[in-house]
Amino acid sequence: MKSGLKRSNAPIFWALFGGGGMLSALVGPMLVFITGIAIPFGLLLPEGAMSYPKMLAFAQNWLGKAFVFAVIALFLWHAAHRIFHTLHDVGIHAGVAARLICYGSAFVATLVSAYVLLGLGF
Amino acid sequence: MSESQKTIEIEVLRYNPETDQAPHLQVFQVPFADDMSVLQGAQYIKDHLDGSLSFRWSCRMAICGSCGMMVNGEPHLSCQTFLRDYYPARVRIEALSHFPIERDLVINMEGFIDKLESIQPYIIPKEKRSLAQGEYLQTPEQLNAYEQFSSCINCMLCYAACPQFGLNADFVGPAAMALLHRYNMDSRDGAAEERMELVAAEEGVFNCTAVGYCSEVCPKQVDPANAVNINKTNAAKDYFLRFLSPKGGSK
Repeated sequence: MKSGLKRSNAPIFWALFGGGGMLSALVGPMLVFITGIAIPFGLLLPEGAMSYPKMLAFAQNWLGKAFVFAVIALFLWHAAHRIFHTLHDVGIHAGVAARLICYGSAFVATLVSAYVLLGLGF
Repeated sequence: MSESQKTIEIEVLRYNPETDQAPHLQVFQVPFADDMSVLQGAQYIKDHLDGSLSFRWSCRMAICGSCGMMVNGEPHLSCQTFLRDYYPARVRIEALSHFPIERDLVINMEGFIDKLESIQPYIIPKEKRSLAQGEYLQTPEQLNAYEQFSSCINCMLCYAACPQFGLNADFVGPAAMALLHRYNMDSRDGAAEERMELVAAEEGVFNCTAVGYCSEVCPKQVDPANAVNINKTNAAKDYFLRFLSPKGGSK
């Protein structure tokens, strides 16, 4: 075996990427349909289904909070990883800078969404 | 060459380290027949047009893995790639991508050989059996678990196909990972944890971005992309669970 091998920390980012990929595949298209098509055009769903009081109540419930947090944070980690590797694939090897911008923005957005969701109270 | 003889143009990437600053292309007119492989075209050039042309070949039947080259930019075994599929257009043959060229179509494969050695490509038994205990028995199901990954002929087409190996030559790469997986999956082997050190390393599986071209060009249907991606899961499990169930090998 080669000596001096260093364990890669990629599994952390790969797991977040995989989790985000799984979640976006499962709920992404339906969320786009509900929030982008059904609600604005008044299709299928009852009126006021996504009204402010209802959505606030949803985000104040711990389960709703967890769902909103997972969708925002994991989607972003997925996107960050995808964009970072696509940069690498197209020949832009910005290294640490690209890494910081991609994963850093996902990290900051994760903290912000956690802060805002907790700020809404229970 | 009779007048009715059809010919095909073969453009060859030439490089002579003693005289050339950089590789350059040279075109040859080669008599064409329906049953001629690209390798036979190169052999015609060497035998009749320019004896200095260098390339590796041996078996002529896709077993030995020596004659891999880029044919019109795609990695192929030249013995099982036929000129008729390109005729009457010109065919361009070049040394395998992503490897240093030694001369003409011959690449330097030392880096690949080092990688093959680094995965410990041999069975390391869990418990040694004495002669009196007899053979290591295996069921057909246990054979199935690794057989596909044992078909690799080390032709390196997958390395020429892999964009990530092209960007980072330290990446262990598709064929070596497929062979590593072949030994890990063998019921007689007990060294998966030892090999994990390399799988999980910075040179390991996480260089792969699941492009899948390696499996597409494989002339033996080994599916190295599958082996690499199964081992991403294994390496991730090892990463997160290593503190729960500490094992030897990987650090």
